[in-house]
Amino acid sequence: MRVPVSWLTEHLELSEGVGAQELTDALLGVGIEVEDVHSLDAVRGELVVGRVTEITELTEFAKPIRYCKVDTGGSEPETNTSLGFAVTERSYDEEQRTRGIVAGATNFVEGDLVVVALPGTVLPGEFTISERKTYGHVSEGMMCSARELGLGDDHSGILVLDPGSALPGDDARTILGLDDAVLDVEPTPDMGHAMSIRGLARELACAYAAPFGDPGTRELEQVGEDAWPVRIEDRDGCSRFVLRRLTGVDTRAVAPWWMRRRLMLAGMRPISLAVDVTNYVMLELGQPLHAFDTASVSGGLVVRRAKNGETLTTLDEVERELDPDDMVIADDTGVVSLAGTMGGASTEISDSSADVLLEGAHWDPASISRTARRHRLFSEAAKRFERFTDPALPPVAVELAATLLQQYGGGTVERGRTDEGEVTPARAVTMPIDLPDRTAGVRYARGVTARRLTQIGCKVSIGTGADGTAEVTAEPPSWRADLNQPADLVEEVLRLEGYDSIPSELPAASAGTGLTEVQRRRRAVSRALAESGYVEVLPFPFTAASVWDDFGLAADDERRDAVRVLNPLEAEKDQLATMLLPGLLETVHRNISRGFRDLSLFHIGQIVAPTPGEPSAPDPGVRQRPSDAEVDALEQAVPDQPLHVAVVLTGQRMRSGWWGRGEPATWSDAVEAARTVAAAAGAELEVRSAEMMPWHPGRCAELRVEGTCVGHAGELHPKVLEAMGLPKRAVAMELDLDAVPMRRRRPAPELSPYPPVLMDVALVVDAEVPSADVAAALRSGGGDLLEDVALFDVYTGEQVGAGNRSLAYSLRFRAPDRTLTAEEATGARDSAIAAAAEQCGATLRQ
Amino acid sequence: MPGADETQGSEPDSVLAEETLDAAVAEATAAFAGASDLDELASVKPAHLGEQAPVLRARRMIGSLPAEQKAEAGKRVNAARAAVQSAYDERHAVLAEERDRRVLREEAVDVTLPWGRVPRGARHPMTTLAERIGDVFIGMGYEVAEGPELEAEWFNFDALNFGKDHPARLMQDTFYIAPEDSGLVLRTHTSPVQARTLLHTAPPVYVVCPGRTYRTDELDATHTPVFHQVEGLAVDKGITMAHLKGTLDAFARAMFGESAVTRLRPHFFPFTEPSAEVDVWFEERKGGPGWVEWGGCGMVNPHVLRACGVDTDVYSGFAFGMGLERTLQFRNGIPDMRDMVEGDIRFTLPFGTEA
Repeated sequence: MRVPVSWLTEHLELSEGVGAQELTDALLGVGIEVEDVHSLDAVRGELVVGRVTEITELTEFAKPIRYCKVDTGGSEPETNTSLGFAVTERSYDEEQRTRGIVAGATNFVEGDLVVVALPGTVLPGEFTISERKTYGHVSEGMMCSARELGLGDDHSGILVLDPGSALPGDDARTILGLDDAVLDVEPTPDMGHAMSIRGLARELACAYAAPFGDPGTRELEQVGEDAWPVRIEDRDGCSRFVLRRLTGVDTRAVAPWWMRRRLMLAGMRPISLAVDVTNYVMLELGQPLHAFDTASVSGGLVVRRAKNGETLTTLDEVERELDPDDMVIADDTGVVSLAGTMGGASTEISDSSADVLLEGAHWDPASISRTARRHRLFSEAAKRFERFTDPALPPVAVELAATLLQQYGGGTVERGRTDEGEVTPARAVTMPIDLPDRTAGVRYARGVTARRLTQIGCKVSIGTGADGTAEVTAEPPSWRADLNQPADLVEEVLRLEGYDSIPSELPAASAGTGLTEVQRRRRAVSRALAESGYVEVLPFPFTAASVWDDFGLAADDERRDAVRVLNPLEAEKDQLATMLLPGLLETVHRNISRGFRDLSLFHIGQIVAPTPGEPSAPDPGVRQRPSDAEVDALEQAVPDQPLHVAVVLTGQRMRSGWWGRGEPATWSDAVEAARTVAAAAGAELEVRSAEMMPWHPGRCAELRVEGTCVGHAGELHPKVLEAMGLPKRAVAMELDLDAVPMRRRRPAPELSPYPPVLMDVALVVDAEVPSADVAAALRSGGGDLLEDVALFDVYTGEQVGAGNRSLAYSLRFRAPDRTLTAEEATGARDSAIAAAAEQCGATLRQ
Repeated sequence: MPGADETQGSEPDSVLAEETLDAAVAEATAAFAGASDLDELASVKPAHLGEQAPVLRARRMIGSLPAEQKAEAGKRVNAARAAVQSAYDERHAVLAEERDRRVLREEAVDVTLPWGRVPRGARHPMTTLAERIGDVFIGMGYEVAEGPELEAEWFNFDALNFGKDHPARLMQDTFYIAPEDSGLVLRTHTSPVQARTLLHTAPPVYVVCPGRTYRTDELDATHTPVFHQVEGLAVDKGITMAHLKGTLDAFARAMFGESAVTRLRPHFFPFTEPSAEVDVWFEERKGGPGWVEWGGCGMVNPHVLRACGVDTDVYSGFAFGMGLERTLQFRNGIPDMRDMVEGDIRFTLPFGTEA
């Protein structure tokens, strides 16, 4: 909301020299954000009032051009000899002090007062005016539009001042009020009352403890008859509806300059007298008004909800289908206005209107909010109604508008006033008088609470509660619907006293227990991956359904059951990924496109578990704590979002360089990443071969912990890589960290000080037998004496026969209580080999 | 007979004579000094310290002297032998030192050669910032709480006193979940964790919650639809706004250095009353030291406490929330928000594996 300082301070008695910056700080101090301060004082050089004395239409050009004689008073213009072309005619008359000015605007007539920027003057935007020849004439200055002067957006014509408001040669700065500044304020959504000059000035009055003349209170003449018949059918949607009628108004009259100036500075374009007056009153008081052309209204007005199938063409010429929840104003012909949001075209004031019905009402904020959202009509009126307007205001605002309309458009204010509905006074709030002190942690001076609450307009009384404590009761003013509980009153006291007076203290928090095991584990995993050369990235979860096709998932694969976003930023990316890999692969792609080939990336993040069917959460209300069953139902309705860990590698894992060759990332690096995660998580990882898209069917490992599958690792399927435009042989791992059981407290091992016996064995097995099975067999056969089994060589070739491979293990035997003899070790080795033979068909390699 | 040959051609008297021994020492010293490396030294050693060396021959002759001369001659011979040995040792030490120096010099390499065989990893600064914040509050006795990113509307809005049609609810630019009546949203702030915590934990509650949040802002230099916040909540007997201010000041000092303080400005949030915006005094601000908008805070609205089953006659609380991207952006001088979210390794790598 844009507010001229001169208007803002009109109802306030402030000391001299309170400038825009002080007002900004004061507003900030009471909680009203000032986004921008715009000084109007941006014109340098001579800016004078001129009178157009003669207009010559130049018709030889493609667009209308006028050559005007303008009386600018003051001193004579100097003859400019440096123009560089022959001056064939002098364009000013020494006697009349007139200048010749070429203009493209046509909205003025001879005798009009205009604003002239003389040569040498610099207008906002560093626009320097110079004497120049144009359209065959010398133009000795420029007649300015409001926009050129920085007064608003209006550039539809030049600025024409009120007749008789100035003399040619007067300094136009004073007339235009260019010593003013405009504040762009942004009251928070709870501050409906601050959406007006009235409300903002009241806040400043509190901040400065300055006298304030409330323009929103006005003694109204009791008239005892209606202006027009009205029936309110829905009192929840509309609690008050006021009408006043004017006849014989000249609606073509132009609003006075001071009013147009204020509207323009507030960011509104002057349109017509009736519109300008209603907008002006809205800005001044915060009560939006509407003007009907009485002649277009048939019969009495009804205030009600729309009916199914009703439509309305609004002022913006859009035909709108109404919702049965929309509040409307209807006459005998049907709906004529979308209440509180936008009027209808059929009853709009036109140039021929002379009979005007002025309407002001109080609408239910929630209802207006819904209507505005539904029709995407965030009008100035809706913005105020949805934040709550003062229900005491409609008759006052209508009266002010009627007065202004009559003053500038003539006619008669008819005697009757319709005032349907009533104002329910706000409920009084009682609180212990020291609650502000206890909340702030400050001992305020005696009487501060009562004084501050009185200042904002509350009726305040002091009493004693049932337990003998002093209490304050505040009856909120009609314009404050946001004071409903003691905490609301507390905030008023604290903000007006200033948050700066609140000291800085630390609470005595209880002794904490530190991070949880799960949190520590997450950190350990993150660090371990980074230390292993992986770079962390944080991709978004938004995924296109087509990713699952690229991944080659079967039609019934549950990972396709992703939760969907209703209003995604990119239409096709409307799924919440059920895996981290899609986002991670997209990031890989981006890095490759930026010139990187050797990538090791990781991501740790929540995924949204596949959710078959449509999710839905209950609404237990907020009056009291939901029951345990309701809390449980709420929590159950939220899909599981386990923490996943994923890595992707492309290119070289070990880099080549002057030191020698590098090593490409392979499936084993992906499995190793899983081992890194498992080690950091304190889990024993088991690996077995599996087939799972999007992995290569022969190079995919299922990752298991304590018998449960927690994820997969290996080389990605060549078709997946091709479909996603990724380099060949890229490898990846993804596992569900939440599915990895927490490490149980692990007993420390008992260490034997006796020497080991080391023995190597080479076993020939069928190539299909996983090495992990052979190792497991050796371990089972080796018994307690077998301390460690390590695979150190894998061989395939003629020597071991087709379809076979040789696995060479180094076995370490040790006894806990004695030095092992060679015979004992050999015995244990032989039983290890026997177990491998029995369980895996292994034979000792000759 | 041992020593028989040694008696031939030389008399004990002359062999054991002081001048003979001195000459032998001088000769040996000169020979050792003349050796230019350890090999040469080794080759001249036998002549002066070997079996046939003059001093050793002299020693063998002592036995043939009359008993009363033995002691005197023995002393002389030993002194000469020690002198030769010492000359040898000294020269050996010098030559060994020279050899070692040469060998090490020959083994020298260019240590400025780059070594990039093992790629270096890095953690995202967002992760380390969130952990750092967690640690700061753990140090103050808080616990770190977490919650789901896909959240029930009731936790994200209703429980936090956002009325169904209140503009504040509509201003949050929420991602809604299909179908229309799912009652689920992507959480617009970390505040639902407040409600979840209070529903399950009886006061006193001191928790901090860093996490990922969502709003329908297009990605640009200063906005991202997916961002991070940290939420703090304290509910206890006698909690005041002064405690809030003190906690924020301590937090600011931990984040931005000892000179950091915070300033509160009245504001509006549905879930706090009174509410405030927090500015922090930042010394290294672009364009000079000054206040930087940091987050929102306030005293927990009694409506929220009641909806979560907390007795408002006994307990009060404060809550605060900050955007972590914003914190990183001004603390680390990151000009473009997109750099933080796009996953370009050039952004993350410089942060390394710092804690």
